[in-house]
Amino acid sequence: MVQDQSNSQSEIRNPKLAQAIVFDNVSKFYGEILGVNRVNLTIPLGITSLVGPNGAGKTTLMNLMTGLLRPSRGQVKVLGVPTDQPEQLFRKVGYCSQFDSFPGGLTGREFINAFLRVSGFSRNQADGLTESALERVDLLPAADRKIGAYSKGMRQRVRLAQSIAHQPSVLILDEPLNGLDPMVRAETIALFRQFAADGLHLIISSHILHEVDMMSDRVVLLNNGYVVAEGAVHGVRDEMDVEHPMQILIRCDQPSLLAARMFQNDEVVEARLHDDRHGLFIKTRNPDGFYLRLNEVVALGEIEVESVAPVDDDLGAVYEYLIGSE
Amino acid sequence: MSSTAETIQSNPVSKADSAWSLWLRQIAAIMRLEVKRNFFGKRAVLIYLLALMPIGLLSLMAIIPPGYAWADFTQYPARFSLIYNALILRTVIFFGCAWIFMNLFRGDIVDRSLHYYFLAAVRREVLLAGKYLSGLVTSMILFTTVTVVSMFLLFFPHFPSASTRFFLDGAGIGQLFTYAVITMLACVGYGAFFMVVGLFFRNPIIPALALYGWEWINFLLPPLLKKISVIHYLNSLVPVPLSEGPFAVVAEPTPAWISIPGLLIVTVLVLIVAGSRIRRMEIRYGSD
Repeated sequence: MVQDQSNSQSEIRNPKLAQAIVFDNVSKFYGEILGVNRVNLTIPLGITSLVGPNGAGKTTLMNLMTGLLRPSRGQVKVLGVPTDQPEQLFRKVGYCSQFDSFPGGLTGREFINAFLRVSGFSRNQADGLTESALERVDLLPAADRKIGAYSKGMRQRVRLAQSIAHQPSVLILDEPLNGLDPMVRAETIALFRQFAADGLHLIISSHILHEVDMMSDRVVLLNNGYVVAEGAVHGVRDEMDVEHPMQILIRCDQPSLLAARMFQNDEVVEARLHDDRHGLFIKTRNPDGFYLRLNEVVALGEIEVESVAPVDDDLGAVYEYLIGSE
Repeated sequence: MSSTAETIQSNPVSKADSAWSLWLRQIAAIMRLEVKRNFFGKRAVLIYLLALMPIGLLSLMAIIPPGYAWADFTQYPARFSLIYNALILRTVIFFGCAWIFMNLFRGDIVDRSLHYYFLAAVRREVLLAGKYLSGLVTSMILFTTVTVVSMFLLFFPHFPSASTRFFLDGAGIGQLFTYAVITMLACVGYGAFFMVVGLFFRNPIIPALALYGWEWINFLLPPLLKKISVIHYLNSLVPVPLSEGPFAVVAEPTPAWISIPGLLIVTVLVLIVAGSRIRRMEIRYGSD
């Protein structure tokens, strides 16, 4: 009985599924070539980043979410809507793809307006929404210039404006920071944060790990078409403690003494002096136990500790451990 | 979102809106985009060159006095029928429709811009209808104009008074109307075929040339095979029938009450195939 239940029955039992993006055993093959394989994924509300090397399957996953690709096997639903119903799907979803091309001869304003009209908005509605979207991405001054004359950053922004113009509740962004200069990049990240604060559900793919780390609630790590890990960055990191103990750098005046004291603790797996001999790297499988022990050592007053910081408790390290070594 | 947008309804479908009114609005929006592009886009140049072929040729004939063989005005309806059949219908309209309709989707794929349509909240079948109708509007306006101008250019320059009588009191206006209807039907039939070709084939030139060959050898085909073509039904409607030569296999022309609905029914069937194709279509520019 339970095994036979359909997706819609699952959604009735678990209303959170209707608020999420659900991949149900999804595979996509391009002929003989694997796109993604056996993906079972539920992406809840919030900012989720898809991370992985080139060819990992990030764009395939995004194209499957938006119906630009059809799964070879399985089913994808976005907020309860199957992806083969664009007339309903794109009332809720906006997709800023990586394709840096546009219908010829249109200005930024005409481009956004035209596709709002194609979605069925009246002239007045489309005019208002176009203005608002252009304002949002700070492109109003260039709105009446042909897109062909735009810079790469402006083209990126007009695509972003087009994807948010109809006020979707889910925004999917494929490598949205590519080709942007640092200034615009920072502005764009701030804009994404604002979108999230406005209640938008954001799915972002990016290569820039520290930026993803800063803005994401959750990550989905992909490699060779498989989901390698998913969840909150720190949650994913915690699950890797057995294979990759957490590394912590302690800046202090007597690192050798600290190492000796800390090795009395069973949780410490490895200790290594920093090259400048003013710090100590410690690997532990139980960071909480380690911090307790460190407090006890510091309280003895023998060692003066300057700073304590985890070295590999971020997305870069997770990526390196799960994907980088392959 | 922003304060401006908060006052705007983000769902374009109101309760009073029927599905049909939404679809019609969407088709109109697609047509606005596509017709403009068909007429003024970079790909329109070839269409204008094609359209200018008969007009240029007939303008030249209007300037240069005709020889003895062209002195008999009563032969002009048959001469126009020949020019229409060989040059306008089989060349200008055929290749013009091929270019316009194949590029409706294939052109967007080549330009990597089809995904914008696929990411809009519009049924794919509605998108297909909008694109097809925009192709029809373009081709009908252009090729009906070519047909009418060509007929006037052949008749009037050398026999102005006889031509005036022919068009005002004789069979001229009826023939002109019939040629215009044939042109429009050709756009309907060829347009649907070429749009499907553009959806199914990465290189649509080969199937287009195959159809061109099939249409040209139509006069040699047995009666049953003749009926599997567009030209057979269009030739049945021509007001001044042409001799197809000594090798032609003679077949009864299909009456208009069969050929017109027949052509329209075949067109609808072809569009249904196109609808099923576009519903399953994926965006994979890399493989195109």
